[in-house]
Order: sequence, then C-alpha cells, then structure tokens
Amino acid sequence: MSELIFEKSRGGRRAFAQAPGDDHITSIPEQFLRSDKPRLPEASELQTVRHYTRLSQKNFSIDTQFYPLGSCTMKYNPRACNALALLPEFAGRHPLGPVSHGQGFLTCMYELQEMLKDVTGMKGVSLTPMAGAQGELAGVAMIKAYHESRGDTERDEIIVPDAAHGTNPATATMCGCVVKEIPTGPDGDVDMDALKAVLGPKTAGIMLTNPSTLGVFERHIKDIADMVHDAGGLLYYDGANLNAILGKVRPGDMDFDVIHMNLHKTFSTPHGGGGPGSGAVGVNKRLLPFMPIPVVTQKEVDDGVVYDWAQEEDLPQSIGRLSGFMGNSGVLLRAYVYMRMLGRDGMERVAEYATLNANYLMARLRDAGFELAFPERRASHEFIVTLKHEAKEFQLTAMDVAKALLDRNFHAPTTYFPLLVPECLLIEPTETESKETLDNFMAAMIDIAKAARDDGVQYKEAPYTMPVRRLDDVKAARELDLRYQK
Amino acid sequence: MPFIPHTEKDTREMLAAIGADSIEDLFDEIPAALRIDHLHGVPEALSEMEISRLMRERAHMDGSPMCFIGAGAYEHHIPTAVWDIATRGEFYSAYTPYQAEASQGTLQTIYEYQTMITELTGLDVSNASLYDGASGLAEAALMAVRANRKVKSGLVLLAPGVNPVYEHVAEAIAGSQGLKFEWLPVDAVTGNVAFDQLPEGQEPVAVVMQQPTFPGTLEDVDRLTDWAHEQGAFAIGIANPMSLAILKAPGHWGELGVDIACGEGQPLGVPLSSGGPYFGYMTCKQKHVRQMPGRIVGRTTDLDGNPGFALTLQAREQHIRRSKATSNICTNQGLMVTAATIYMSLLGAEGIARVAQMSHANTTRLVDGLCAIDGIERLYEGPYFHEVALKLDRPVAPVLETLASKGILGGYDLTADAGCDAVLICATETKTGTDIDACIAAYAEAMS
Repeated sequence: MSELIFEKSRGGRRAFAQAPGDDHITSIPEQFLRSDKPRLPEASELQTVRHYTRLSQKNFSIDTQFYPLGSCTMKYNPRACNALALLPEFAGRHPLGPVSHGQGFLTCMYELQEMLKDVTGMKGVSLTPMAGAQGELAGVAMIKAYHESRGDTERDEIIVPDAAHGTNPATATMCGCVVKEIPTGPDGDVDMDALKAVLGPKTAGIMLTNPSTLGVFERHIKDIADMVHDAGGLLYYDGANLNAILGKVRPGDMDFDVIHMNLHKTFSTPHGGGGPGSGAVGVNKRLLPFMPIPVVTQKEVDDGVVYDWAQEEDLPQSIGRLSGFMGNSGVLLRAYVYMRMLGRDGMERVAEYATLNANYLMARLRDAGFELAFPERRASHEFIVTLKHEAKEFQLTAMDVAKALLDRNFHAPTTYFPLLVPECLLIEPTETESKETLDNFMAAMIDIAKAARDDGVQYKEAPYTMPVRRLDDVKAARELDLRYQK
Repeated sequence: MPFIPHTEKDTREMLAAIGADSIEDLFDEIPAALRIDHLHGVPEALSEMEISRLMRERAHMDGSPMCFIGAGAYEHHIPTAVWDIATRGEFYSAYTPYQAEASQGTLQTIYEYQTMITELTGLDVSNASLYDGASGLAEAALMAVRANRKVKSGLVLLAPGVNPVYEHVAEAIAGSQGLKFEWLPVDAVTGNVAFDQLPEGQEPVAVVMQQPTFPGTLEDVDRLTDWAHEQGAFAIGIANPMSLAILKAPGHWGELGVDIACGEGQPLGVPLSSGGPYFGYMTCKQKHVRQMPGRIVGRTTDLDGNPGFALTLQAREQHIRRSKATSNICTNQGLMVTAATIYMSLLGAEGIARVAQMSHANTTRLVDGLCAIDGIERLYEGPYFHEVALKLDRPVAPVLETLASKGILGGYDLTADAGCDAVLICATETKTGTDIDACIAAYAEAMS
C-alpha cells in the first residue's frame, strides 16, 4: 500500500491558496464549540494532488482496462457527458433556486423523462431514485400503495426468482413484504409450475430481470405477466439488464407495471468506484399517481412552455420523497447528454452490438472448450461460463481465473453470481469494446486454462503484478481496522 | 456509430463465428409480437459539438445568480484539484472495489475518508457513505432499531430542528418497516426543542437532533443527548460536517455522545448541481458497527504480509444476505467521497475551520444589515452557525421574486415550515462584503 495521507502530514502544512483568511467575528457561545482539533491531513497542495493521482493509478477502470463485469454494463463513459454536466451554471445551481433560474436544467430533465418513457414503453417516469436499489424500493412501495389504495391490504408477498440480484429480496424486506423465492428451470427460464404454486390472494407482485441474470431472455414473459395479473399481482422490472434490449423490446410492451433503470449501466453514467448510481423509475398508467416526487412537468404559457416541479400537492398519492432534493441530478444530466449523442438510431444499436459482442465471445470461448451454463440458448448482452469441470479436474476455480486475468491486465468478470451456477463467470463485454479486445481477452482465458490443464499451473496465489497480493479477508473482518489511528 | 467501434468487416467475421446471418438473428428468442421496429420519442443524434452548444445554451438560461440559499445544500469554494483528480478515468470509470487487488486506489481513498469523517464527528467507525443526508437518516433510524434491541416501540422522536424534508424521506423509506416518526415540541422563542414539555414514558427507540438546526439555530444537544439516553433511546445526531471543524463533534454531545451521526456531505467539496449527486455520511460507536448499513473498507494484509485494503463485514450486505441484509443498499457515493477526501486533505482542519468561521462571520454581517431594515427581524433568538431565519412583515415570495429578477437568490422561503412570513438566509465564505451589501440593498429596496 502507499503511505497514508496522514503519514505524510506535517504540523502546520496545508494548501494555503484554498482557504479564506482568518475571520474572528463570532457570537457562538463556548458550550457549542469543539475543544479538540480534528486530526485531518496537513499536506501541501502538491502532496495532495500527487497522493491521490498515484492512488488513482492503482485502480483498474474502463478508461484503462477491459472490464467485462457481468450485470454491471461497464461501457465507455463519454467524456463530454461529464464536462457538460459540470458547466459552471449547472454545477453551481442551487437545488432550491427558483424555476425562473432553472429552465435550462429542467428542460433537460423533462426531455430525459420523455426519452426514457419512449425507450421503456412506460407512461410516466420519475428521475429521483438515487440508485438501482432505491428505484427498486420505490417500485415495491408503489406496488404496495396501489394495492392499499384499492383496499386490497392482504397482499404482502413478493415473488423473486432464485437468479435475482440480492437487492430484489433485500428491497422486498425493506418494504415490509415477505419474499417467495421460485426456482429456475434447466433452460434458464422461470419454472412456471413453481410460479403457479406461489401465486395467490397474498401476491403483491413479482420482481423480474429480463434478460435474466443468467444472460438469457425469459421467453414466457407474456404468460408470466398474464398469470401474475390474473392473480391480482403486479410485475416489477429490474432494469439491470436493459442494455440487452434497448431499442428492440420494451418492458412496457412485456406488460410490466413498474420498472427501474440503472442509468449508470444502460445510459453510461460513471460508476465512480461504487457510485453515484441513478435508478429512475417508470410506471404504467395505473401506478402514475404513486410516483416518487418531485417529477418535472411542462406547462403551456402564452409565449411557449414553462417547466416546473410536481410536488406533494400535485401527486397526493405519491409514495413520497426519497432524497433531500431531486435525486442525483448531475448524473441525470450526464445520462441526458449520452442519450442525445446516441440519438434514436444509436439507442437501437446499443442492444445490437452488446448482443453481438456477447454472442461472439461466447461462441469463441465455447469453441475453445469452455463450458457454457446454457449452451442451447442465445446470449443476451452477457453469458455464463461454468468452470465446474476445471475446478474438479485440475483445481482451476472461478476465483483463480478472475485473479489470473488481473495479471494479464483484464478486469475479472463477475464471479460466483448468479449463485445457482457453480464456479461461474458472468461475462458482459458491452457494445463499446472492439473485436480485437475481445480476441485478446479470449486468448488470455484460453492461456490461463491451458496452463492449468497441461502444465499444472496453479493460480491460488495470483495476482502477482497488482499493487498488492491476495488480501486476507478473514483478518479484515476479525481484526477490524477501519481508520488510521496514530 | 457513436461509441461503437465495429467495422463492417468486424461485424461480418463475428457473425460468421457465431453462425448467424445477421445481428437481427441474435434476437430470435424474443417473441416476435413483443418486438418494436423503431423508437419514436428519441431525437436524431447530435455530435459532441452540437450537444455542447445546446448544453451551453441551456446552462446560460439558468445563469449564475448570487446565491444566499442554504437549507441543506451550501455553496463553498471547491479547489480545482478536487474534481480534476476525482474525474480522472481511473476513479471516474472504476466499479465498486470488489476485486480488491485491482482497486487499491479507491479502497485506500475510502479508508482515508472513513478516518477523516470519524475525526470530524468524534465517533469510532464510518461506512463508505450513503446516497445523501436525507436518506441517511432513514438508514440511521433503521440501524437504531436493529442495534437498540431492548426497545420494541419503533418510535423515533425528532427534535424540531431536524430538516423537515429528512422526515419526509425517512418516512417514505422506513415507514413501511413499522417505524413511526414523531416531532418533539418546539419552543417558539428559540426555535429549539421545548425542554419543559418533553414527553416521558414513550420508550422511543431513537431521538434525532440536528446541529445546526434546519432554521440555523444552535440546539442544546448535550442536554438532548442525555435525555435520549435517559429514555433508553439511541441518540442520532445530524450535523453539517463543515461546521464540525469548529462546533462540538456529535461523538462528544452530552455525557456519552451520540450513538450514530449522519448528515449531508455535500459541503465538503461537492458542487450544488441542482441537488445531487451528493453523499450521506454515517458514523457510529464501535460496538454498533455490525448493524451499520452500506460498504465498509478495512485495512488487512496480503499474502506477503504487506498492508492493503478490502471491503469488509460484507456478511451484512444484500449480495450475501439477500432478504436478511441490513439494507438493500449496494452503492456508496464513491465519486463524491473521493472528491470530499481530496477536499478535506487540501484544506485540513485549519482550512475547514476558516471556511466555517468565515461563513459564520459573513452570515452575521448579512443578518445585521438585514435586521436594520424596517419589517425584517430575526424569527428566533439565540446563537446560530451560518444560517438564520428572518421574519418579514409581508409575504416572502414576491420579495424573493424581486430579488431573483436582479440576479440575487435571497434565501429559502420558510413560510410553509415556520407558519409565518419567514425566509432562511445563508452567506458562506464565497460572499464578499460587496456581495453582502448588494443583497442588503436589494432587500431594502424590495421592502420599501
């Protein structure tokens, strides 16, 4: 590890150009003041710049490495999206500033809502949820509010396939619901008999990802929608994999009642080392009154249109507010710029080339001897390789391949998820990667497996070329060291 | 094709390897009836030059008014280096640091952030951040229910100084899990909690207080923290982290300090940006760490015995525990935390204290000037930090509109919250004497 910034500190040092002068006017009584000084770094501007620049260089990132992390859609984040979202007027705009000084921003937000409605086939969009998981929370809360508004108060069961993201069951619990997990059939589609068995008068809804986390399109989606609706439940679409179908098929047309979109996946806003995300929700007609606030509205006036916020009084049945202001608005601006740069045709190409890349890589890896979890199926924008044979025959696990890939300058695919496929690698190349990159990645995969099979090479101690070797997770959890203490 | 590198030759070769005739064939598992031909509501593509021009025009529409609004989001000087470094591709376009060996930059930054924020708040441990201050309160309340297991009431009492929007958000997020949020009585003179009217015997699971309060006053948080503990409740403290360079840290409020601190991290180097992305910080006492939501980074050792960093205590989280997780949260606001860490490192304790002190002093100048105008007086007595509620002798909205037409955002309209004609004003270190004089003059004119 690098020296901590605290270890570089020297008493009395700081970035003098950055703080204002000393001003001693004060009317704050002693009882409210702190007596000790917080031990923050004492470093010069150059030391700080150099320290964090060097730290950044210890990261893998999309800008520096291929990042085929399944379910995460690590596509190129266009630089212009960031620069334009940080134009001084946008960056400096106070969230409670009057709409008279916000028409530019609000126009972007309104048009973003409209574009997202179009690509998802939904009737309303609220941009406020701050991440996918918060979009899920909003969605399940809307489902509950809908049932309750009809006096249908016994519905508290949310059905979740076993392949679902962990956030789905966690969200259902957070909303006070009971989780009913159903299995997946051998072909990757939902087990329809199991679904039928759990549907009933207590069914509030079902949470589905389509294409599923298994990387295949749920072919019985219409039947599922009919069955759930007939039972009185609603359908929730987890938009984690929306990249696979953008411009080809829309959740609204699949009869989903409510969806969330991960703008940081499909619409290319940055992952930022773990956030900010952005989880806009879309609803069909029956859930319109329950959308989280605020949403942006357009009003006709004499000389054009004015954009404004819809608040509590406009949406009295809303599930309420999920953030202090209006969600991750700067992220929304980045998504807006991205969508405008892609345009209509570009939006349709996203799914096409994401799918082409995934199927190409899948075919080449299959031809090279890797076992696919669902060999009879088309890949969507991602696919699963299982190393169960390699693990058994020559101790090559998914973890080993992940770490060995790091030494070959590729980020690892998602490992050990979904949980129902043993020793799995979930691989999502995204549409922004070139054929050469995919070929190089494939060559690395083949090389890793071949060395293990033919030469008995073990990767239990890989990676070797990273800033650190494999870390002791057990020690990290047992001997908690969560902050620097001198 | 914007952002797609495929040449026609690439596409042909790739389809051949797949054994498909066209890209269209790759979608043959999707039922035909569901397929759409075209999108209609998305306009034609714009080049970077065209979108840049459009966005500059839109930005110009919003302008750069002189801002005296606070109310939970504050304008501060942000050193250029903060976002120059935070938006380096290696930070900007990295994922959550699950592959620790390839993410030491993000992980060490978060570890340093955790150290800094525990220093500011005077508590033992921090997570890697939550979405924002408002949703952070919901998570803190849920955490108190898990950690304060003896109390089954689900009742969370809020001091009147808590940001009212935080209550709305906490209700929306945590209300369906059996939590009830109720307000403590207010003292009309100070705007703070009415200590002589505090309810007894309600068995609250937590008492939430905010310092400085939403209307800017300073609450006797020592006494309120002690009262919370006497009731068997957790004390949850919300604080502006900027203020903590000079104000008493939540970990030292009262005899024992608060159990959980949380709040809006935006003042530490994050632009206002119409309300986000910001980050919520959360810190707590060591003994509650396993009930904390969100990611946490720990320092450990690698195979060679050298120190390194990794996400830890992941058994609390949704991707392991699924329906039994402490929260459904699976992001922190990583990029914002990176920016805040660089900000805190550049300014240090002395620099942040100066920003806080200057903001307090500027607000004092503004308040003194405004209160000299007929028809303006302070709404509440007592000390304040960098924000003050003022009572006007007439409706606030037209006054603010007049100021806005002159390019001055003269404060947040507090009328609905306060129940009288009132405005909440704030002058941070970004305002000069000339700015403050201009604001005072504009008010004087609008009030004449």
